[in-house]
Amino acid sequence: MVNTGKGWKVVANIVMVLCSFLALAPFVLLIIASFTDETVALLNGYSYLPEKWSLSAYEYIVGQASMLGRAYLMTILVTAIGTSVGVIITALLGYMLSNKNLPGRRFLNLYVVFTMLFNGGLVPTYIMYVKTFAVKNTIFGLIVPNLLLSAFLVMLVRNYFENSIPQDLYEAARIDGASEFQTFFRVALPLSTPILATVGMMMGIAYWNDWQNGLYYLNDAGKNLYTIQNILNNINDNIAFLASNATSGVNLADLPTTTVRMAIAVVGILPILVLYPFFQKYFAKGITMGAVKG
Amino acid sequence: MKQDKKKKRNFKQWIPFYLMGLPGLIYLFINNYLPLAGLQIAFKNFSYTKGMWDSPWVGLKNFKFLFRTADSWIMIRNTLCYNIAWIILSAIVGVTAAILINEVVGKLKKKFYMTAILLPYLMSMVVIAYLVYAYLSPTAGLFTKWLERLTGTAPAFYQESKWWPFILTFVNQWRNLGFGMILYMSTILGIDPSLYEAATLDGATRWQQHKNITIPLLIPTVVMLLILSLGQVFRSDFGLFYQVPMNQGALYGVTQTIDTYVYRALLKNNDVGMSSAASFVQSIVGFLFIVGANKVVSKLDKSSALF
Repeated sequence: MVNTGKGWKVVANIVMVLCSFLALAPFVLLIIASFTDETVALLNGYSYLPEKWSLSAYEYIVGQASMLGRAYLMTILVTAIGTSVGVIITALLGYMLSNKNLPGRRFLNLYVVFTMLFNGGLVPTYIMYVKTFAVKNTIFGLIVPNLLLSAFLVMLVRNYFENSIPQDLYEAARIDGASEFQTFFRVALPLSTPILATVGMMMGIAYWNDWQNGLYYLNDAGKNLYTIQNILNNINDNIAFLASNATSGVNLADLPTTTVRMAIAVVGILPILVLYPFFQKYFAKGITMGAVKG
Repeated sequence: MKQDKKKKRNFKQWIPFYLMGLPGLIYLFINNYLPLAGLQIAFKNFSYTKGMWDSPWVGLKNFKFLFRTADSWIMIRNTLCYNIAWIILSAIVGVTAAILINEVVGKLKKKFYMTAILLPYLMSMVVIAYLVYAYLSPTAGLFTKWLERLTGTAPAFYQESKWWPFILTFVNQWRNLGFGMILYMSTILGIDPSLYEAATLDGATRWQQHKNITIPLLIPTVVMLLILSLGQVFRSDFGLFYQVPMNQGALYGVTQTIDTYVYRALLKNNDVGMSSAASFVQSIVGFLFIVGANKVVSKLDKSSALF
């Protein structure tokens, strides 16, 4: 028993520490950069050990509450509406498909799966949403396109209802005279909290992080609807965005742009950083459940 | 007659189920099926005022224009090359990381590593662009300033395309490492522990065990994922190629993919013709690849196939 793999353990730990360090280091730099004094940042660059710390970037953000605060509320609103509606229709559709005797089940399954294989692409989708549904510069443009339902999540939920809940429970509820809707809400849903948490978390993150719908369906006329991600995207495109949208007339030259942009990014990821350790296990579960069928 | 009545009642019993599925089915119809009618735009001289149906047909003109440009070959080359390189790299990196994290003893340590390594996967590409910018910014980037201090000059990263194949590859692997690791880890956890016990009794070293047990048993999963990702080879991560290089024109040669081209042509240049032609090619070729990949997968292992 010479080879108990001690060397492996050491190597594995070293590599994992390195990987964890690599994964976290940019976030640490981002946070430190946002607390760096503007002139020091410009002179020495972003640094893990700035010569002078400062809160001025955050003071500036607080002063811009009407733009950034509104954007933050938009993010929360879009995430809340999108995720709750999305989880409900995903669960309902998954539940329907999980019923093995449902007439037309094969066709309906294919109808859902096909959307994972083929799509019309950006051009037809964009033109349809803009011309037919007039979502440009409305909140629907942020919530509806592409994010509200994913066939992949529907399949995860379907498989859960099918395999992880004993079918007898449904039968028992029906024999007790429960309607199908009652069976769904009183039996199926309470038993499926793990999968609903996973689905809800995946959708919540997708909405919180989404900037593409804003990029496609909002322009200057709809900038009141910008989410934090859209603001970040616009600063990326053009740093002058900060000055031209400031609450009071501000010169770009006076703006602490080097550190403020980092502070806004920190504010944007804060909820994920705070909540993520608690939800991590649901997320990891979602990945493993999707395994090959991702 | 009686039979008929029974059938009717049976059907009635299903109505609540259909009602439950209806909102989701309607959404998919609007979001995924209606746009398919818009594929015809690729063959039309589209104008927003005339709309999709009344714009005149132009045959293959849009495609002819598209493939006459150098852009078309650049974006197809970039999309395919990055995808193929990353598919292979991700498999190697993911399997290695999964094997290593399984060697770690201690639940808490394992959980910490997993949580940390998965974190980048949860970030939006806009935020990732900020993280990269913190290192490479021409005015204040950490690396830029280091290099300036060390060598006197630093490359203008956002102006020189030669760096970007490496930067994009690194960012892609960095972001997806946790995902791949967890994916393969679950397969490793499913391997019968008695195999390792027997191997240990026979005096096999850890390395021999991984070479002869872990890796061979992982291969079916790896192959399956490889084929399925090959099905996606015509699609690219729009955010990575658009946000991380900060949409810099000087870098288009190595950062333009089909998805960024379609977006730029449609919303920046208002060139619906070229844009819809590229989008059409991507949809159709992409579909053929996915169906092909799935055919291969279902031949190998029916339960892993998508349909």
